[in-house]
Amino acid sequence: MRILDIQAIEDIALGAALLGTGGGGDPYVGKLMAIQAVEEFGPIQLLEPHEVPDEALIVPTAMMGAPTVLVEKVPNGEEAIHAFNSLAKTLGTKVFATIPIEAGGVNSMIPLALAARMGIPVVDTDGMGRAFPELQMVTFHLNDISATPMVLCDEKGNSIMLDTVDNVWTERLARNATVVMGGSVMLAIYPMSGSQMKLSGIHGIITLTEQIGRAIREAKINRVDPIKTVLRITGGYELFRGKVMDVARRTEGGFARGESKLEGTDGYKSQTLTLHFQNEHLIARTEKEVLATTPDLIAVLDAETARPVTTEGLRYGARAVVIGIPCHPHWRTEKGIATVGPRYFGYDIDYIPLENRISNSRGGHQ
Amino acid sequence: MSYRIGIDVGGTNTDAVILDENLTPVAKTKTPTTADVSTGIYQAMSMVLQQGVVDRSKIKYAMLGTTHCTNAVVERKRLNKVAVIRLGLPATGAIKPLTGWASDLRQAIGNQQFLVRGGHEFDGREISPLDGKRLREIAQEIKGKANSIAITSVFSPVTNNHELRAAEIMKEELGDIPVSLSHEIGSIGLLERENATVLNASLVDVARTTADGFVSALQREGIDARVYFGQNDGTLMAVEYATRYPILTIACGPTNSIRGASYLAKHKNALVVDVGGTTTDVGVLVNGFPRESSIAVEIGGVRTNFRMPDLISIGLGGGTIVRNDQGITIGPDSVGYRITEEALIFGGQALTTSDVVTALGLASMGDAAKVKDLPKDTLNEAYRKMVAMTEDVIDRMKTSSDPIPVILVGGGSIILPDQLAGASEVIRPDHYDVANAIGSAIAQVSGQVERVFSIDEMGREGALQRAKQMAVEEAIKAGADPDSIDIVEIEDVPLAYLPGNATKIRVKAAGNLVV
Repeated sequence: MRILDIQAIEDIALGAALLGTGGGGDPYVGKLMAIQAVEEFGPIQLLEPHEVPDEALIVPTAMMGAPTVLVEKVPNGEEAIHAFNSLAKTLGTKVFATIPIEAGGVNSMIPLALAARMGIPVVDTDGMGRAFPELQMVTFHLNDISATPMVLCDEKGNSIMLDTVDNVWTERLARNATVVMGGSVMLAIYPMSGSQMKLSGIHGIITLTEQIGRAIREAKINRVDPIKTVLRITGGYELFRGKVMDVARRTEGGFARGESKLEGTDGYKSQTLTLHFQNEHLIARTEKEVLATTPDLIAVLDAETARPVTTEGLRYGARAVVIGIPCHPHWRTEKGIATVGPRYFGYDIDYIPLENRISNSRGGHQ
Repeated sequence: MSYRIGIDVGGTNTDAVILDENLTPVAKTKTPTTADVSTGIYQAMSMVLQQGVVDRSKIKYAMLGTTHCTNAVVERKRLNKVAVIRLGLPATGAIKPLTGWASDLRQAIGNQQFLVRGGHEFDGREISPLDGKRLREIAQEIKGKANSIAITSVFSPVTNNHELRAAEIMKEELGDIPVSLSHEIGSIGLLERENATVLNASLVDVARTTADGFVSALQREGIDARVYFGQNDGTLMAVEYATRYPILTIACGPTNSIRGASYLAKHKNALVVDVGGTTTDVGVLVNGFPRESSIAVEIGGVRTNFRMPDLISIGLGGGTIVRNDQGITIGPDSVGYRITEEALIFGGQALTTSDVVTALGLASMGDAAKVKDLPKDTLNEAYRKMVAMTEDVIDRMKTSSDPIPVILVGGGSIILPDQLAGASEVIRPDHYDVANAIGSAIAQVSGQVERVFSIDEMGREGALQRAKQMAVEEAIKAGADPDSIDIVEIEDVPLAYLPGNATKIRVKAAGNLVV
């Protein structure tokens, strides 16, 4: 067990922007919510997974809806508490702790704000190790844990309990309810036991997120190359260095889809990198070859500061380093690839682990 | 022949120009910017008039680009006491107003915040009905404690009627108190828009005092002109408008330089490198206007979501100090306007970038004899670094590797060469040293319309057409020459799930002042 203070929240928010791989929503609003909650209710306890009793009830929480709505209609902070209380009543058990379902983007922060307000711990684990856009895209789903019973709450005090036949139906019904409730709701979802959490979660992810954020923040003070430090901490690879030449965006079926093109600099002169994104970066390819695909992580960092750049923040002329980080082994199963691999998102590309793509193309130098 | 006077306040110097009706400069001057800003403005005005080439009664317009508002926020001085009212309960309580503000700035504006029931959903439905009773109570609470009000309602860029109604209520209770409404100031993003609205409310008195001072200074000089203030987007605001929206003046300086450079060099697409005494700002000219930044902009440490010119600023100016300790370093500090006392060529003790170019024989300023014994390799290395710093920024701002024209302006631009990597040509227009004041004087007037249109009735194209026409009419009313009007900004936000397929359209048109 350790305590997360305001500096820790700042660092986790910065690291979460990187794990958001271009999407996931800006952690900024979530960070301010978590900081205000800590200021009002005191610091947050972070538990290691093994500190959780096997039979304890763990309930992940997240915001669902449009990040644009979240930045305009800020939550009141009570939504998730209503959702938790209502779910606990149904299950007849007290909630022992909460966890994030995704470590990337704004949803990294929502459980922290809730934990401070409710006075419950957060466990150092999540269900993605990154950010993905749909409710069934979690490692809990791969382990046949049901998303329901789940509760959605809005700030007006409305709540809906869902009990569904499978997690894809949950996504469909919850998405529609979210629109009617005003475009942004808070969830109590995937209720599970301590032992299910230990089996299916991606452990140590909050600590890793914090380390990434701290490394980027302190790089300037310590006069070290922040990108090298990030690659070392995450076990990642530098995929490309270049200058943003073009960003094409369109909205399709609720996704911000598009491509950005980078013209190579440094060791990548006369090459062009194309990044395909649907909220998150999903494919990185040059004219010659595919360098990385979902579910491995593709993040764009500012070449100087290593601060993560979102797909909305990508602008002409920006100097960027594109890095690839191997995803958690949970995703590299048949069901994992079927759930979040390139073909699920409509790309005619087979999933090959990042490390293999790298060693095939350049003999494995890191 | 009629004339106009343009004044622009920079970090180091305050510049003034007089242009004739063909927009040709007939007089120009530069004086050091003063700590109170106003003294420098009056000095520049009086000096440029003393050049005595024009009949004062023929000066019809006066344009001012000033840093009064920026300075007031940075110094936390002369700010209004603001009642911050947010309409949004039961939403938004998880992040209170003024979160992230430095506590001294919060104290300087009185730290009075209120959350009230009201606001809308993204699709125009009410979150809750506006709580008029609570607003009337707040009015009584703030009586005598606040002299300006900032009202921000959730999704007001989509539906503004709660803000409008709340303003009416406050005026009914408190009489003629200035009220800033967020939908007139910022776009989607509650916290950033609210911050900008609160800053605006805190600057109302500063803007009024500045405007009154400028108008009476003109009168003392015997000038009866229409007064305009420069704003961030490179267009002008009449003085009445500027006192309502002072926050819009906050980035007019760099915008004026870019627009002035465009006018002087007769280029509409180029990079503009503006070298002052302390910094070099590099901006991009797209179709005659500055390219806008897409990221959140901080003013006095407060995050806002304004549209600001996209600039990179580096610590390189005519007064930047050059050191040779462990290797040669340039800046980032500068002797600023004290250059005429502190630089070596003027008999001072500091080695500056101006000394370097004079010693190398690339420019002539002050007394070259005072720098003739400096070691050549130090000078060459310093100069190489100055040029490399500039070329790096040029490369970062370009959108493609193709070389493009670079316009050099600003008093400090003599420290840069006639050839720069990445530039197809380097242009030093006449009057480059007062490009910002010229940018202020030649700025256009604009008209804006923001309304919800029904797409089902007239189609998207029809609605856009109608909105453009209305914006043009507004620009003509503000004094624009109909033949010169261009549409400079279009934004449409569809309001989904509303009957009639409603969409909010905002159009801005700008044109030259009729002379």
